[in-house]
Amino acid sequence: MLAFIVKRLVMLVVTLLVASLLVYGSLYLAPGNPIATLTGGRAPSPQVVAQLNAQYHLNDPFLVRYWHWLVAALHGDLGQSIPLHESVSTLIGQRIGVTASLVLLTSIVIVVIGVGLGVVGALSHGTIDNGVLISSTVSAAMPAFAAAVVLQFVFAVKLPWFPALGDGNGLLDSLHHLILPALALAASSVALVTRVTRAAVREELEREHVQTAVSRGLPRRTILRRHVLRNAAIPITTVVGLTIASLIALSAVVETAFGLNGLGSYLVQAAQNKDFAVVQGISLVLVVLFVVVNTLVDIAYALLDPRVAIGSRAQ
Amino acid sequence: MSIPVGSALPTGAVPEEPGPDTVATPGDPRPVKTRLLPRLGVGGWISVAIIAVAVLLAIFGPLVRPYDPNEVTLSYANVGPLGGHLLGFDGAGRDLLSRLMVGARTTLLGAALVSIVAVAIGSSLAVASAWFGGRLDTAVSSGLDVMFAFPGILLAVLAAAVFGPGLLAAGLALAMAYSPYLARVLRGAALKERAMAYIQAGEVQGFSSWWLCFRHLLPNISSLIVAQGTIFFGFAVVDLAALSFLGLGIQPPQADWGVMVSEGKTPLLQGYPLEALAAVACIVLVVSAVSFLGERLQERSTGAQR
Repeated sequence: MLAFIVKRLVMLVVTLLVASLLVYGSLYLAPGNPIATLTGGRAPSPQVVAQLNAQYHLNDPFLVRYWHWLVAALHGDLGQSIPLHESVSTLIGQRIGVTASLVLLTSIVIVVIGVGLGVVGALSHGTIDNGVLISSTVSAAMPAFAAAVVLQFVFAVKLPWFPALGDGNGLLDSLHHLILPALALAASSVALVTRVTRAAVREELEREHVQTAVSRGLPRRTILRRHVLRNAAIPITTVVGLTIASLIALSAVVETAFGLNGLGSYLVQAAQNKDFAVVQGISLVLVVLFVVVNTLVDIAYALLDPRVAIGSRAQ
Repeated sequence: MSIPVGSALPTGAVPEEPGPDTVATPGDPRPVKTRLLPRLGVGGWISVAIIAVAVLLAIFGPLVRPYDPNEVTLSYANVGPLGGHLLGFDGAGRDLLSRLMVGARTTLLGAALVSIVAVAIGSSLAVASAWFGGRLDTAVSSGLDVMFAFPGILLAVLAAAVFGPGLLAAGLALAMAYSPYLARVLRGAALKERAMAYIQAGEVQGFSSWWLCFRHLLPNISSLIVAQGTIFFGFAVVDLAALSFLGLGIQPPQADWGVMVSEGKTPLLQGYPLEALAAVACIVLVVSAVSFLGERLQERSTGAQR
């Protein structure tokens, strides 16, 4: 088990190194020289050029420059936004809270509704199960931006229960502003989690150890808790974890749709304005979060199901 | 050995060349099509019908559209159905139905190109690493592991920042982000096929790797390739529309379903939802149909019972 975790952590570090190299190197794929890209095509003064040359070590070889950038990034220095004259780390710090609360709230929605509906669907037959299947099929086909537009129309324009745009002030108001975005972000993921949960619980119900427990006359509740849900938890945890990881990038769409001032919507604005230092910084943060969550899911999976670690050793 | 059921590609038919074809002859002489279609079920037929309408729209929509999709009549902004304008007008007073019809081509063609490029990259990586194995396989697999670190949307946003917004940069980035997933699935299938006796017989008889890969291995995993391509076509419609919605994909005033959702958002908040909701409905219908059909094809090609 320990060997498996160490191996995953080594892979994590390698992946992060290559990913950061890609994020950094993409600047040099841009047509034109790096200074033009960094300044977004505006004509910089000679002082700015000299400052950029020094700051980005533009006269050094590529790998040396990358190394300087990486070391600075590890110290929390992601450079300066040139149009805004502000540190990228500060700009990220101001916005990461919104994204984090959006992803957190969405995860809660996904776990509660997705796992809940999946278990209900698996345990029931006929109308209820069909209802679960149909509703999950419909919401699976709802891309986040489509769900956002529909929710805005129904629950902000037609029924003015929720605000359509903006962040809100204070805890309760912010939460009120986050409910529709979280539902929009959750829509298609809930469907996936529902389906996996339903299939996993169904599969466990048919297992011999469950049949044995039923024939021994154990209470239904005990069977469910001790024999079915525990075993079904393995695939469910994995799919929930991977879905939550995918929300990190997808939040950009929902934040833009609802005018939330988070990392994702700021990344999109920065990409439109060619504010390249910000694009690099936010991309790096999002990739790191995504990879770290994925690794944690892998390790959790191995801890829940020791056969995974053994299987990977056998390969 | 039998040709996988559900293959719609002509390459899945009987190989004509002499040599190892004795092993590759399909066990069932009936044309593949007659076995696939009747088993689609009601949902499958509805999906096929929706996709057929969408494809017809994509091909002929720009030719038969009732009005000029870019003709602005500001006095008609957000006016509902009126006279010959069956769906009314968008926020700039352009005919909505015409824009939807023209937009079908941009949306679907873009997604089709993304899916084709992704399938091409994914299946070449899969077949190459399954065929040669060893170091190449290890290198490709570890390369793919790194590529999994980039969510498609993020890679596309990065590409749009570097190369400027538009279909080309965003689409290529999406194709690159999809290809590791395709490569992983197809590599498994290619490995299985690689281990089959007929491939080894072909190698012993001295057929070249190219010949065996292109005439035997690829045709025999083609049903899985088609299924995966269909599923990723659905993803591509969604992701390209999302990028256009973010202003990083197809640029206005070009008519495109994603652009229309984006342009229709402000009128929607003012109480004129028709443009945004019509475009959303088109996207959701096509994507549901495509993913339903893709999953069916997938089940058929792997023989999985769910």
